[in-house]
Amino acid sequence: MLDTSTVATHPLFGRLTLESFPYHEPIVVATFVAVVLGGLALVAALSYFRLWGYLWKEWFTTVDHKRIGIMYMVLGLIMLLRGFADAIMMRLQQAIAFGGSEGYLNAHHYDQIFTAHGVIMIFFVAMPFVTGLMNYVVPLQIGARDVSFPFLNNFSFWMTVGGAVLIMVSLFVGEFARTGWLAYPPLSNIAYSPETGVDYYIWALQIAGVGTTLSGINLICTIVKMRAPGMTMMKMPVFTWTSLCTNVLIVASFPILTATLVLLSLDRYVGTNFFTNDLGGSPMMYVNLIWIWGHPEVYILILPVFGIFSEVTSTFSGKKLFGYTSMVYATVVITILSYLVWLHHFFTMGSGASVNSFFGITTMIISIPTGAKIFNWLFTMYRGRIRFELPMMWTVAFMLTFVVGGMTGVLLAVPPADFVLHNSLFLIAHFHNVIIGGVLFGLFAGIYYWWPKAFGFRLEPFWGKVSFWCWVIGFWVAFMPLYVLGLMGVTRRLRVFEDPSLQIWFQIAAVGAVLIAAGIGSFLLQIAVSVWKRRELVDRTGDPWDGRTLEWATSSPPPDYNFAFTPMIHDNDAWWDMKKRGYKRPLGGYKAIHMPSNSGTGVILAGISVVLGFALIWYIWWLAAVSFVALLAAAIHHTFNYHRDFHIPADVVVRTENERTRLLSGQV
Amino acid sequence: MSTTLTAERPRSQAPAFHVVDEHAHPEGSSTMLGFWIYLMSDCLIFAVLFATYGVLGGNYAAGPSPKDLFDLPLVALNTAMLLFSSITYGFAMLAMEKGRVSQTQLWLAVTGLFGAAFLAIELYEFAHLIHIGATPQRSAFLSSFFTLVGTHGLHVTFGLVWLVTLMVQVNKRGLIPANRRRLMCLSLFWHFLDVIWIGVFTFVYLMGMLR
Repeated sequence: MLDTSTVATHPLFGRLTLESFPYHEPIVVATFVAVVLGGLALVAALSYFRLWGYLWKEWFTTVDHKRIGIMYMVLGLIMLLRGFADAIMMRLQQAIAFGGSEGYLNAHHYDQIFTAHGVIMIFFVAMPFVTGLMNYVVPLQIGARDVSFPFLNNFSFWMTVGGAVLIMVSLFVGEFARTGWLAYPPLSNIAYSPETGVDYYIWALQIAGVGTTLSGINLICTIVKMRAPGMTMMKMPVFTWTSLCTNVLIVASFPILTATLVLLSLDRYVGTNFFTNDLGGSPMMYVNLIWIWGHPEVYILILPVFGIFSEVTSTFSGKKLFGYTSMVYATVVITILSYLVWLHHFFTMGSGASVNSFFGITTMIISIPTGAKIFNWLFTMYRGRIRFELPMMWTVAFMLTFVVGGMTGVLLAVPPADFVLHNSLFLIAHFHNVIIGGVLFGLFAGIYYWWPKAFGFRLEPFWGKVSFWCWVIGFWVAFMPLYVLGLMGVTRRLRVFEDPSLQIWFQIAAVGAVLIAAGIGSFLLQIAVSVWKRRELVDRTGDPWDGRTLEWATSSPPPDYNFAFTPMIHDNDAWWDMKKRGYKRPLGGYKAIHMPSNSGTGVILAGISVVLGFALIWYIWWLAAVSFVALLAAAIHHTFNYHRDFHIPADVVVRTENERTRLLSGQV
Repeated sequence: MSTTLTAERPRSQAPAFHVVDEHAHPEGSSTMLGFWIYLMSDCLIFAVLFATYGVLGGNYAAGPSPKDLFDLPLVALNTAMLLFSSITYGFAMLAMEKGRVSQTQLWLAVTGLFGAAFLAIELYEFAHLIHIGATPQRSAFLSSFFTLVGTHGLHVTFGLVWLVTLMVQVNKRGLIPANRRRLMCLSLFWHFLDVIWIGVFTFVYLMGMLR
């Protein structure tokens, strides 16, 4: 029944041949050599320092939400480098491909680059960063010892890694999709994209999607069920609130992506007619479905970041957050409205004036709760004692940048205007304006804010400030020209240009991209310098910023069990309340603490899933069958293990807590 | 969320800021909520498939329509199989509540047989349709029909694998709390599939005949 008649498939290797390796593309070959050498160096170093056992026992198999959170951040950072490499290649190509020049990227390669850039930045940079921060911070903020389903958390992480691995493999084996980041049919159908690119896209997202959905369920349960006594819903920190809403959105939208991609796979593998041009199929059905997932996805990214800004603004202004209740309601309203706007991504589909008006108006309405949030942050800062540490700097930069992105969004929400601006560089500038100026700036604020909590030392501010200014100025230089170009009518995803008068704007944008590269470089340098100088930057108190919420009540980094005693909450700013009312940390009476055990099953299941995905991409049917059975068997085998917990003995808790007592009294 | 607060301190002093006696989080205390949320996410997958059928279900592409294909008595028999399997799963849960292992196992086995019968009839129906040329590739209507009904069938298949696994586990360890929790989850899953099927039966088969 499988419609693979068009492609010759080998019984052993499927459609994988020597020609599948892009050895004729010098850029890819050079990258491949660099990756292999780097990888070998890493493996050699890990073996030389005998770190494999440590990594496996303490990190890969861990069920500790803090370590999983950190691993998500590492994944996001690695993929950021890949996604940014794609970005700067595109900027360079567009800056030089004028006056008959073809630039340095052929169309085949360029189309893969813009697709990979979008997919990687959304699914494997922004999502892991956001999930990582939620994973790390939420259980600490609600006074819990871990998430509701610790093993599932580990499994979710490795499935996300599995998706990222498949995308990286596509760079060197076969090719990635050339369809744009949402793979619209009919282009993405087998008739027009018979190669492996779209299959890599589908299976990478499906594997990572399993992880995302499960982690969403996990965090909802954690927030609903695991809050410390006294923490009613309206006493939850704002970051926890926005995380709750984000995870509700994840659970309510990722299944739609899963189902949509299943339908696309059926079209490609089985030859069904969901999104074909003939036999009753409808490509617009795909566009509708993918955006019913896609628009909530935007809010999945931005809501937790709004939470970060709320925590940061309140902490660094030394004030209670202005309008907590309105902040919560605004978040909930955005959550609901995010499902009522998807059609604004394709006003030009031709749904008619009434439908377009409805979605135009709902889109504009979303700016109301968002605007309310901006005012809440401003009023929190008003008459506050503001400390311009790095997290606060990012927050202020966000407010200035994001407002512009929000306003161009409202412009695009007007259907007649959208008919002019649809798929132009104006749109590209708009969504980079909100995703970089909103999500990314917020992630940096969050990383600087919670870094001392995670590692026990602050990030050194000098290189942080260099990174900050490079990023912020770089962003404005890189994307303002795109607004101009968009208004001039330049559309997205172009590789070469005719009109020489446009070139200067692309050159300016390329300068901006170089500035951003400097920002990323200084950020990495900052981490290196800070690790080097960690003794000078050490945080012994566990509360380096004079924080307000519970995560600052425990040590930096927190012990495995987070809190020796479960805290009791009387106020929104629980830790601030404790400090104000003269809370004394208990110095005795510790008991053994019940904790979940580590498990290697997550790594194994995700590893088999990658093999399964690879086999399906290359039509290696025997391998697909074998790995599918293995996946099922491994999962069932895992359920026969009933011993998944242990107790941290009381004397270990005593030792850990005494050490903290010593640090707090300054006897070091 | 716990109500096991420690004794109130005198009003004049600062209130208690931590729990002295650790309240135990019983293992699996979030499982039912978590599984319920999972089911709702699964429900959304079906929602997409129903919506797709709703949009594309009338696109016959000059091929066969529901009236030409559906055999309602057969589908009614199939529906009966699944509904009976839900009832017998209910009996298994009642036996589990009373702590009767062999009775639980018996009803689980009966449930599994009804589920297998449902699948067999469905496969027969599919084989017949494909045999007469009404394949998933024939038209968007048939693509969405096979996908919606087939996805439900895949869920039932998965449920059967799960059911057998649980029977082995109950056999090995009896009705311990972990196994009860698992049986409870499968119960939710099984009844959920029943509800979905009622949607399929009504929306696809009955209303399809009226088109």
